Amino acid sequence: MNNLLKSENICKSYLNKKALRGVNLDIMPGKILGLLGPNGSGKTTFLKIAAGILHASSGQILIDGEKPGVYTKSIVSYLPDNEYLLKWMKIKDAVRYFKDFYSDFNEKKAKELLIFMNLDENSTVKSLSKGMKEKLKLTLVLSREAKLYILDEPLGGVDPTAREKILDAIINNFSENSSMIITTHLVNDIERIFDDVAFISDGEIVLQGNAEELRIDKKKSIDELYREVFQ
Amino acid sequence: MDKEFNDKTPIYLQIMDLIKMDIVTGKLKLKDKLPSVREMAGNLRVNPNTLQRSYQELERLGIVYTQRGTGTFVGEGKNMVDDLKKEMAKEIIDSFILRMKSLGFTDNEIIESVSNETLEAKQNE
Repeated sequence: MNNLLKSENICKSYLNKKALRGVNLDIMPGKILGLLGPNGSGKTTFLKIAAGILHASSGQILIDGEKPGVYTKSIVSYLPDNEYLLKWMKIKDAVRYFKDFYSDFNEKKAKELLIFMNLDENSTVKSLSKGMKEKLKLTLVLSREAKLYILDEPLGGVDPTAREKILDAIINNFSENSSMIITTHLVNDIERIFDDVAFISDGEIVLQGNAEELRIDKKKSIDELYREVFQ
Repeated sequence: MDKEFNDKTPIYLQIMDLIKMDIVTGKLKLKDKLPSVREMAGNLRVNPNTLQRSYQELERLGIVYTQRGTGTFVGEGKNMVDDLKKEMAKEIIDSFILRMKSLGFTDNEIIESVSNETLEAKQNE
């Protein structure tokens, strides 16, 4: 099996600050990778490079064998951790916007997910709570039939019940033919859905491996390992 | 099936234990069909690949078998339930003995305390 994503020695500097210092990561098809690290560790920078929004200063990243560009953007579904939905939009406008923009957008799946998330398509984005906005963003991103889903902090700032809904949506909509990278610092809530984990600290991967093997080797949960690595 | 996992030990082993327990207690009967990987992964909120691994391991141990296209079923070995029961009992006893010994009990004291407790439980029935 070929890697769906392969990054070799990716470095990224912003002016004189080094955000990434040689990141090597592989993701196989059908796997979920947890990219774990505190704020400012370089998670988002790495994801933006994979999503084709930022360019690496050096190193190479290949997604399905190609450098980030038009093709990779067509097979990567990216959930950024910032706001990108326009306030005046109704949920159904946002769905239509995605449908126009992405040829792999599955409108039927989006409708089902909106129901699952208890979202009314006639609500305006402005009226949504933070948790509801996260649910909507995730609905849109998961409704694409992508090969790689990149979810930047999908659980950030939402309450525990909304978190469970979001986790359920991720698990139920994950297919063996696609892969996911999920970043979080709420490791405890989500560690059971990772195949592999990579800990990133100050722009470097300091520990990575299969989540179950790490539990066996270290006799610790991924959450405990996280606390140990980033104490 | 809502279950709290102890994330310190591999999840796939804990899921195997759950299924074994259901077989021993009769919740799952011989030849019963197990939920699909996807369904059970959703119920337990775990990665489908982890569940796949649990099913594969159980199959390797002869506890379940997979029929192409139809699903995974509990095995039909005659002694399977008894064997599973014995195996799980042994695990409980081993860890019990280990903990009693760490409290400073000798073998005889352990046996004595167990028979006292069972007698007492019988009288309270």
